[in-house]
Amino acid sequence: MKSPILQSATKYLLPILLLFSFFLLLRGHYYPGGGFVGGLVASIAFVLHSFANGTEATMKILKRKPLSLIPIGLGVSAISVTLPLLFGYPPMTGLWFEEPIPFIGMIGSSLFFDLGVYLVVIGVVLTILFTISLNNLEEKN
Amino acid sequence: MIDNHILGPVFIHLFTAILQLVAWRKTATQRVISAIGSFLGLLVAIRLFTKVYTTGILTLNASNWEAPFGIVFVADLLSSTLVLITSLAGLAVSLFSSTGISRQRMLYGYFPIFHFLVMGLNGAFLTGDIFNLYVWFEVIIISSFVLMTLGGRKTQLEGAVKYMALNILASTFFLTGIGILYGITGSLNMADLSQKIKLVNNQFLLGITSTFFLIGFGIKSAVFPLYYWLPSSYHTPPSAVAATFGGLLTKVGIYAMLRVFSLIFIPDDFTRNLLMVLAVLTIITGCMGALIKLNIRRLFSYLIVCHIGFMIGGIGMFTKVALMGTLFYLFHDILVKTNMFLIAGLIRHKRGTMDMKSLGGLYAQYPKTSLLIAIVLFSLVGIPPLSGFWPKIFLFKEAFTLEYYAFVAALVFGSFVTLFVIARMWSEVFWKDVPANVDIEDKFEPLPLARKILLVLPIGILAAATLFIGLNAEEIVQLVDRISDQLLDTSAYVQAVLGNQNL
Repeated sequence: MKSPILQSATKYLLPILLLFSFFLLLRGHYYPGGGFVGGLVASIAFVLHSFANGTEATMKILKRKPLSLIPIGLGVSAISVTLPLLFGYPPMTGLWFEEPIPFIGMIGSSLFFDLGVYLVVIGVVLTILFTISLNNLEEKN
Repeated sequence: MIDNHILGPVFIHLFTAILQLVAWRKTATQRVISAIGSFLGLLVAIRLFTKVYTTGILTLNASNWEAPFGIVFVADLLSSTLVLITSLAGLAVSLFSSTGISRQRMLYGYFPIFHFLVMGLNGAFLTGDIFNLYVWFEVIIISSFVLMTLGGRKTQLEGAVKYMALNILASTFFLTGIGILYGITGSLNMADLSQKIKLVNNQFLLGITSTFFLIGFGIKSAVFPLYYWLPSSYHTPPSAVAATFGGLLTKVGIYAMLRVFSLIFIPDDFTRNLLMVLAVLTIITGCMGALIKLNIRRLFSYLIVCHIGFMIGGIGMFTKVALMGTLFYLFHDILVKTNMFLIAGLIRHKRGTMDMKSLGGLYAQYPKTSLLIAIVLFSLVGIPPLSGFWPKIFLFKEAFTLEYYAFVAALVFGSFVTLFVIARMWSEVFWKDVPANVDIEDKFEPLPLARKILLVLPIGILAAATLFIGLNAEEIVQLVDRISDQLLDTSAYVQAVLGNQNL
C-alpha cells in the first residue's frame, strides 16, 4: 500500500508511538500499563511503518531480526528475577535504588522485568507479522 | 524452613533455554549447552533432595510476600524426589536427542522448547499454590504441543490436534474447579486451603468441585474413559520427544492427584469407590489395547495407560501401604517408561521401522545392547528383584486387606498381559530372524563411535537407575514410607508453609 498521506503521517507517528510505549512501560509499576502493553504499542508503531513503506523498509530501520529480541528480553527478565538471590532475598523480590531519578522516578528490579517483557512482546509480535507478510510477498512474486 | 534456593532446578532450565535461544540455529552449540544444563540441573536436584531428606520441608515465599497471600513454593519429600527423577530422565533424553533428533527439528528450536518443558515439570512439582500449579500445567502443555508438531508431518498434526483438544478440555475442568474452590474458601494456597476446607458447610459443592479436579487430572494422566488421546498421539513424534511425554507428562497428572487429594479433598467413600472402578477399567482397557498392537510405540502407549491404572488404584485405596505402593510405582514408572521410548528410538535407528512384523535378529547382531534392554524389559514386567516387583507387592497386599478383589484381579490381569506382550515383543524383535522379504535400513552401524555412545548411554543411565531402585529397594521403601506419612498427615506441610499460628 503506497499512500503519501499514510507515509508522511507515519514519519511523525512512529516516534510519538514509541515515546508513548516508553511512557506505558515506565508508568506500569503502580498504575495501569507496563511491559506487555508498552510492547504491543511499540510493535504497532513498527507495523504501521511497514504498512506505509513496506516490510523490507521496516526491517532496515530495525537493523536486526526481531527474533533476536526474544532471548535478550527473556534474559533481562530472568536476571531481574534471580538477582535478589544474590542479596539474600527470595526470587522476584523488588530491589529499589534509594534515590529517585529525574523524569523516570524510582527504579527497581521490577522495571527490568518489565523491560524484558517489553522486548519479548515486540520480538514475538513482529516475528509473527513479518513472517506472514514476507510469505505473502513471496507468493505474489 | 525457608530456603531461597529451592527453585534452582527451574532457573537452571530457564537459563539453559535462554542461552539456546541466543544460539538459535547453531545446533552443535545447542547440543553442548543442553547436556551441560541438564547435568547442572541434575546436580542441583540432588542437592535439593539431600537437603530436604536431612532437614525437612523447605519453602520459598516468592517476592517475599507472606505465605497465604503470595505464591509459595514448597519442596517436601515427594516434590524433591520427583524433581530428582525428572532431572535424571531429562538428562538422559537430552543426551539421546543430540543424536536421535534430526537436524531439521533442532533448527526449529527443539532444544529450547525441551528445556522449557522440563522447567515446567519442575515448577509444577515445586509449587504450593493451586493456581500456580495450573500455570505450570499450561507451560507444560504449550511446550509439549510445540514438541509434538515440530516437523509438521501429517500424522503428527493429526495426533497433536487430538492431544491439544483433550488437554484444553482438561485445563478447562481444572480451572473451573479452581474458580469454584476460590469462590468457596477465598484462598489459593494449598496449605491454607487444607485448613479452610474443613470449615466449609456446603459439603455437596465440595464434592462436585473435587470431581472437577478428578476429571481434569484424569484426562491428563490418561484414565479410563478419557485416555484415548494418548495412544493416538504418542506414536507420532520422534522417540526422544515421546520418551519425555510417556515418562513424565502423564505422571504430572498422578502427582497433582496425589497432592490435591491428600491435602485439600481427603477422598470420601464415593471418591474412593469411583477411583477404584476407574483404576480397574483403565487397567483392563489399556491391556486390551496393548494385546493387539504390533507397532512397538503404540504398544508402549497402551502399556502407559494400563500402568496408570495401578497408581490410580493405589490412590483410591488411600491407606499408608497403598500409597507406598503407588509412590514406588510412580518412581519406577517414570524411569522405565522414559527408557522404553528411548529403546524404541534406538530400535528404529537400527532397523528403520517399529513394526514388529518386519523387525528381527537384533539379539544376534547387537547382543550387548540387547542384554541392556532386557534389564529394562524385565523390570517393567516386574521380575523380582527388579524395580517393578516391589510396588506390586504393596498394592496386592493392601487390595487383599481391604477386599478389593476386582482390583486384585485387574492387577493380576495387567501384570500377565504386560508379561505376555513384552515376551512377544522380545521374541519378535530380538530372537526371530529378520523376515526374508524385508530390507534392513541400518542407520546405527555407520555412525561414529561417539554418536553410538550418545544413543546407548542414556538407556544405560536409566537402566542403572532402575537397577539401583530395584536392588536397593529397602532404602526406597524407607523413602516412600516417609513420603506416605507426609501425605497422610499434612500438618508438617501446613506448618512449614503457614507457620505455627494456624495449627
